[in-house]
Amino acid sequence: MDFAYLSLTELREKLDKKEISSVELTKYFLGRIKKSDLNAFITVSEEEAVQQAKAADDFIASPGENPFLCGIPYAAKDMFLTKGIPTTAASEILDNYIPPYDATVIGKLKDQKSVLLGKLNQDQFAHGSSGETSAYGPTKNPWDKTRLTGGSSSGSGASVSAGLSPFALGTDTGGSIRNPAAHCGVTGYKPTYGRVSRYGVIAMASSLDSIGFLSLSVEDAAHITEIIAGQDPKDSTTGQVEVPAYAKNFKNNLNGVKIGIPKEYFIEGMEEGVKAKVLEAVKELEKLGAQTVEVSLPTTRYAQMVYAIICPSEISSNLARYDGIRYGHTVHGTAKDLMEVYTRSRAEGFGDEAKRRIMTGTYVLSAGYYDAYYKKAQKVRSLIIKEFAEVFKKVDVLVAPATPSVATKLGSAADNPLHGYIADQLNIPASLAGLCAISIPCGFARPSDGDAPSLDGLPVGLQIIGPQFGEQKIFNVGYAYQQATDWHKKHPLV
Amino acid sequence: MKQFESSTEYRPVIGFEIHVELATKSKMFSPAPNDPDEKEPNKNIDEIVTAQPGTLPVANKEAIRLAALVGLALNCQIDEWSKFDRKHYFYPDLPKGYQISQYDQPISRNGYLDIELPVASPFMGSNGTADKSANYKTQIKRIGITRAHLEEDAGKNVHPEGLSYSLVDYNRAGNPLLEIVTEPEIESGEEARVFLQELRNIIRYVGASEADMEKGTMRVEPNISVRKPGETTLPNYKVEVKNINSFKFAEAAINYEIERQTNILKEGGTPKQVTMGWNEREGVTVEQRSKEEANDYRYFPEPDLPILHFSKEYLEKLRAGLPELPAQKRKRFNEEYGLDEAVIENLTNWKDLTYYFEDVVSEIDEWIGQDVGADTIRPDDGKMVSSPTDRQLLIKQAANWCLGDFSALLNQSKLNPAESRVTPENFAELLKMIQQGKISGSAGKQVFKEMFEKGGDPSNIVEDLGLHQVSDEAAIGEAVDRVIAANEKAVADYKAGQQKSFGFLVGQTMKELKGKGNPQVINELLKQKLS
Repeated sequence: MDFAYLSLTELREKLDKKEISSVELTKYFLGRIKKSDLNAFITVSEEEAVQQAKAADDFIASPGENPFLCGIPYAAKDMFLTKGIPTTAASEILDNYIPPYDATVIGKLKDQKSVLLGKLNQDQFAHGSSGETSAYGPTKNPWDKTRLTGGSSSGSGASVSAGLSPFALGTDTGGSIRNPAAHCGVTGYKPTYGRVSRYGVIAMASSLDSIGFLSLSVEDAAHITEIIAGQDPKDSTTGQVEVPAYAKNFKNNLNGVKIGIPKEYFIEGMEEGVKAKVLEAVKELEKLGAQTVEVSLPTTRYAQMVYAIICPSEISSNLARYDGIRYGHTVHGTAKDLMEVYTRSRAEGFGDEAKRRIMTGTYVLSAGYYDAYYKKAQKVRSLIIKEFAEVFKKVDVLVAPATPSVATKLGSAADNPLHGYIADQLNIPASLAGLCAISIPCGFARPSDGDAPSLDGLPVGLQIIGPQFGEQKIFNVGYAYQQATDWHKKHPLV
Repeated sequence: MKQFESSTEYRPVIGFEIHVELATKSKMFSPAPNDPDEKEPNKNIDEIVTAQPGTLPVANKEAIRLAALVGLALNCQIDEWSKFDRKHYFYPDLPKGYQISQYDQPISRNGYLDIELPVASPFMGSNGTADKSANYKTQIKRIGITRAHLEEDAGKNVHPEGLSYSLVDYNRAGNPLLEIVTEPEIESGEEARVFLQELRNIIRYVGASEADMEKGTMRVEPNISVRKPGETTLPNYKVEVKNINSFKFAEAAINYEIERQTNILKEGGTPKQVTMGWNEREGVTVEQRSKEEANDYRYFPEPDLPILHFSKEYLEKLRAGLPELPAQKRKRFNEEYGLDEAVIENLTNWKDLTYYFEDVVSEIDEWIGQDVGADTIRPDDGKMVSSPTDRQLLIKQAANWCLGDFSALLNQSKLNPAESRVTPENFAELLKMIQQGKISGSAGKQVFKEMFEKGGDPSNIVEDLGLHQVSDEAAIGEAVDRVIAANEKAVADYKAGQQKSFGFLVGQTMKELKGKGNPQVINELLKQKLS
């Protein structure tokens, strides 16, 4: 029997009706993972997964209602700390690291008796939009194995797209969920900053990191969000905002919904096919009853520059703890003094991209440059936030392309340190403003850098951006769209 | 640049950086315990303290409250908004590679602390004014508090002998720390000591910390330089002194540095800008290292923590809850109780004893009755007790007993006043019994020791030990008669003018009464019968 690509509601039903056990389901996905050659996983925690599945089956066998995700397998980007299961951030500096505790989100899924299949590949410390900065090699795109998945949640994109897990946790600092979701043809949700706890997720840029996931549909996304969102006493930046029952509020039409199309997001140099598919989707939304209007967000052009300052600043600070003293890669035994413990442990443990960002961040935070760079960037960031707030007085959501192109060739990022900044330019503004956004599949387009295996081309992502804590709005639009279309039901031949 | 009045002398310029570990249950940013007494290494740690990946800080509200409370007690301005910043440097005792501290928006700033100095202090600042209080032969000097900010403590690097590596103990890491910075307005070792003592007392009185220098819950680092005659700006160097773990050493180290630096200046040189360490055995400061080149700490606002907001209501509530501070207490003890300066100082330097003493005073007042000022006859014993003088007398006795026998017994048994078996009520009752002549002062000491060791009501103890003082004139008169009869020579000597013999006769009478005679009555009757 084929369980890949079933919705979470369908899986729930099958488990509740005991048509399948969690152990069977878990073994099914473990089998798919084993057969897959996408390099999506860094660690497959087979033994623990089967144990968790057994516990879930016991729970299901006992009387009473089962939690929504009880017995349902998932996988997590290797940024999420999992007690007793290696967590590497796809870096050598954490190659031997086994966490002593669970991330809050992992804990919530454990409470559900959800089954963790393993830890997913990613860009190292989530630095990148390609998956290529991973110390464990790039993840291959299930639609075309000569191409990248996008990133940094590369393994998460591949895993959901290839049917290796029903959903996969990811992180989005400047597009790291939306980008691979677009390139892999799945649904990717970047929550409002403060909607989901960051506790226990390896920090990239603290003021930008959003903890989300990739899933097969907006409906699944709404269900998962209801479970993992909410205020966490361990994360002071989570908001004291109620988590609604998103899925119960869905409608099949978009009557009365106002959608803004930001003209700055249809940038020069973006692939024609991508643009065409996004505009087609806009037409579809109008057909569903939405009113669309062109809007302008003039500060969009500064977003990347602001990001290029704030992000490395926070990274340089957050990566300071990887010093070879308490855990992780160390040259402690062979170093001649303390300074060498620091310099060599870090030189050997961090990849090039991490080093680049540490150096940039250290520079812009140093005395004499702080005001010129960091402080100024924060001021511009305030303007970007204000501009979004103004636009959301006029429209409910914004709709735009998720990425300027479809998936690019393996190696295309490794040779170009600016790859990420270009790929993420349509994602970064929402990140800076702490908004919620999703990327959903809206068709296929031919790549501009060669052929694709299928004549249709490669997946295109439609980005829906909402105001802070406006999750219901973006889910509503995405849900109605997915009711009317079946792009999200197209899956690669694996 | 700070401006000073011109002077014809070499004048020291001293400022302090003081770190105080706040007495909270848990750490500044994690639920791990804050226990300065923990001896086993790496016991008070968790994933946050050791900076495991993914951990986030959550600010300790109690630490913020205590920091604000100290700020208010130091007359600081507390802004509506405050924030945390990250201060970056690499060191094994600093787990995150940065310390969460406060850079440009400290919780409190622009405060001051008035210290009381003897009138004859050699260096009275220009801002010194004489206190108007007649009994207080002191002058007030105002020391500016630049700022007081919250941060987290670091761990401790340990270098065991014979090992080729070092160890780190993170027990202290993450403990809430209040850094207090003063203006460079202190001008002598004595002023420094008085300032530190007063600061420590304030911190203890508001309950922010035990502020124990030996334990390291209060750490002081003076910056010392000396102005040349005529110099009106800060000298172009300063010397920091570390390793000071008592007020006495702070005073000594500062005086040593002042002399050392003055000598260099007098010879035409300029002291080096260095960090010195105080060597308590030799009584000298020793150069530790040349002041490192200015570190670039790359401060930036801590993104993991929300901005702190101090509402007017919150601050008003805090202010209203401020306890009476040591200076206010001293003034009141002097004006209301008429206690001596030295007694007041010794008492108020021990916060718990002061609080205990005041409990005893309340008991005394309760006993005397609401109607202080008018004499009243107590129905139970017919004694007249409550003139204001009697009250002051009893309170003075209470202070003396607190500082005398009680302190000695507490110190011996390493107890706090509150932990002792002597309740303030029993304490006051004992004083009352002595005052009323029910027992003698020396018997009182015996009773007090008993109370301290076993607890209990003093009247029961007096009963059990048979220590009741004999004040009965008839009984004493009989004894006096017997003594006069048996000591003819002494009586004759006394009558011949030898005062010494009177003392002998008193002693004999006391012996006759087994030590329980009321000395006053004995005196009176002897004089009467011998005249």
